[in-house]
Amino acid sequence: MTSKGIIIVIVLAVYLVANLVIGLVVSKRQAKRDAEKGFVNNYFIGGRSMGGLVLAMTLIATFTSASSFIGGPGIAASKGLVWVYLSMIQVPTAFIILGILGKKFAVISRKINAVTVTDYLRARYKSPAVVIISSICLVLFFVAQMVSQFMGGAILFQEITGMPYIWGLLIFSVIVIIYTTVGGFSAVVITDTVQGLIMILGGIILLATVVGVAGGFGPLTSKLSVAAPYYADITSGGTTPMPYVLSFWVLVGIGVLGLPQTAVRGMGFKDTKSLHNAIIYGTIVVGFLMLIMHVSGAFAPAIIDISSLPSTDYVVPSIVLKYMNPVVAGIFIAAPLAAIMSTVSSLLILASAAIVKDLYMNYMVKDEEKASPEFIKSIPKKSMAATLVLGFVVIVLAIVKPDLIVWVNLFAMGGLECAFFCPILFGLYWKKANATGAIVSSICSVASFGFITLYNSLINPLHPFSIGGTTAIIPCIVIAIVTFVVFSLIGKKPDHETLELFYAEK
Amino acid sequence: MNRNPIITDADKNKQMKKEALISVGLYILFFIWWFATGYGIAGTGTPATYTYVLGLPMWFFLSSVVGYVLFCVLTVIVVKFLFRDFDLGEEAGESANERSGQ
Repeated sequence: MTSKGIIIVIVLAVYLVANLVIGLVVSKRQAKRDAEKGFVNNYFIGGRSMGGLVLAMTLIATFTSASSFIGGPGIAASKGLVWVYLSMIQVPTAFIILGILGKKFAVISRKINAVTVTDYLRARYKSPAVVIISSICLVLFFVAQMVSQFMGGAILFQEITGMPYIWGLLIFSVIVIIYTTVGGFSAVVITDTVQGLIMILGGIILLATVVGVAGGFGPLTSKLSVAAPYYADITSGGTTPMPYVLSFWVLVGIGVLGLPQTAVRGMGFKDTKSLHNAIIYGTIVVGFLMLIMHVSGAFAPAIIDISSLPSTDYVVPSIVLKYMNPVVAGIFIAAPLAAIMSTVSSLLILASAAIVKDLYMNYMVKDEEKASPEFIKSIPKKSMAATLVLGFVVIVLAIVKPDLIVWVNLFAMGGLECAFFCPILFGLYWKKANATGAIVSSICSVASFGFITLYNSLINPLHPFSIGGTTAIIPCIVIAIVTFVVFSLIGKKPDHETLELFYAEK
Repeated sequence: MNRNPIITDADKNKQMKKEALISVGLYILFFIWWFATGYGIAGTGTPATYTYVLGLPMWFFLSSVVGYVLFCVLTVIVVKFLFRDFDLGEEAGESANERSGQ
């Protein structure tokens, strides 16, 4: 390992340890303060005590993954400004998630004591099938996403510091798993906040480096028009057609309403003031991050020769290695690691909640047993054990790298959206939504999304299936909506009690 | 502006529905701006004939830089003036599972 590598590792180590300490201290304080709310409420939703800044940052940190720091800017370097334009589809994301789901989830979850999205689905649809299908989808897709995030992080670590893959993987994954296991949701959101701030700093560092090395904005754009003449072309020389770009309005646009990891944040904030502040901070920060990260990528060809790199994923790491001093590089690399850790920690605590709360406590424990003091006393241990075991399964999978995981991850995000979009959204705002609609819609759209993805990536990649040049998410969300509406109309109406609970208007 | 207090479940549900519709409306507005200034302007020329602001083509400058700033301003206005504060309600007691057996 080079001396530069050693300095970077030291900076990162300080950062990782700081995360661990903050996560553990803050969550302990929260659990003590809100002790009367009970373990389950504190561990899985942090006692509903998030303020505006924390809510905004955890939301952003959760859906900003490594791809916003490494993959996205890399593609922007090869495709030009159209990829920045595409990333700006995410500007209103925090706004719609919190504006549409925030208060409704907050009110309902307090009434029914929900700490997971599945708790809400159970109260709304009153159907074990809905709960079991959604919990299984959630755990399966989350595990695949966590594994691929860890793999991405470990590869990055290896490239920047020269340390072996497995060392990088173990160093940061063990830290994430410890603070998530011990501290639960509060530790996840407070570290998300620290990580979100580091991500903003990282973005500024990258843009300043690119513009600074090029010698200012004027020289940069003139160099760019020579090195990457396609940068101003909205189709990037015909390689990025409009229907493809528009598909992202579903995948990273309205579709995010169907991601349980972002939706659940609507259950965790303190009051309407926190929500209002979070909408404003969240909107400003997410747009800023997307803009500066992807613009840095699009500008990168002015300072490095991207044709010499093995893939676009190397664009950002090579800027870091070539132009940043080691301390700055360490701080910058903390940003994508932060994005990875914040995504994984959120997924991990939810997957653990799905197993302990949604499956085990609902269906594997008898009612009379649940009331016994011994059982209530055993919940903390069981919850932490579930988080820990899941975390280790993810690490092992990230070491073994099975093909199946890589493949499942390909359609994890779209798959989650197909499974949850209609049940979450229609359940909150449409009185006729019912279990029949939810079950048929989830199964049909997840299956069709899986099939199209499999077909296009393995069976027939040269002539992929596509409707008018869109990606698979478009037809599958349409299938989800149509089947949901049709089968809700066929199925049994929700009972009076449910209607009163969710939609009382008099 | 109508400033009736929001106390009952019915008041809250009405207000939440209104805010959800406003959110959808603002979302559509952003889409229209993004599309019209992006593809709308880019479609009228080629990189060689575009107008450039700070080295950035006009379609990108308006859709992604100005669009972002405008959306932030609109968000602040909407949240400050149309979204309302109210009590989110009390926690229903212990966790539903712990309670169901009692």
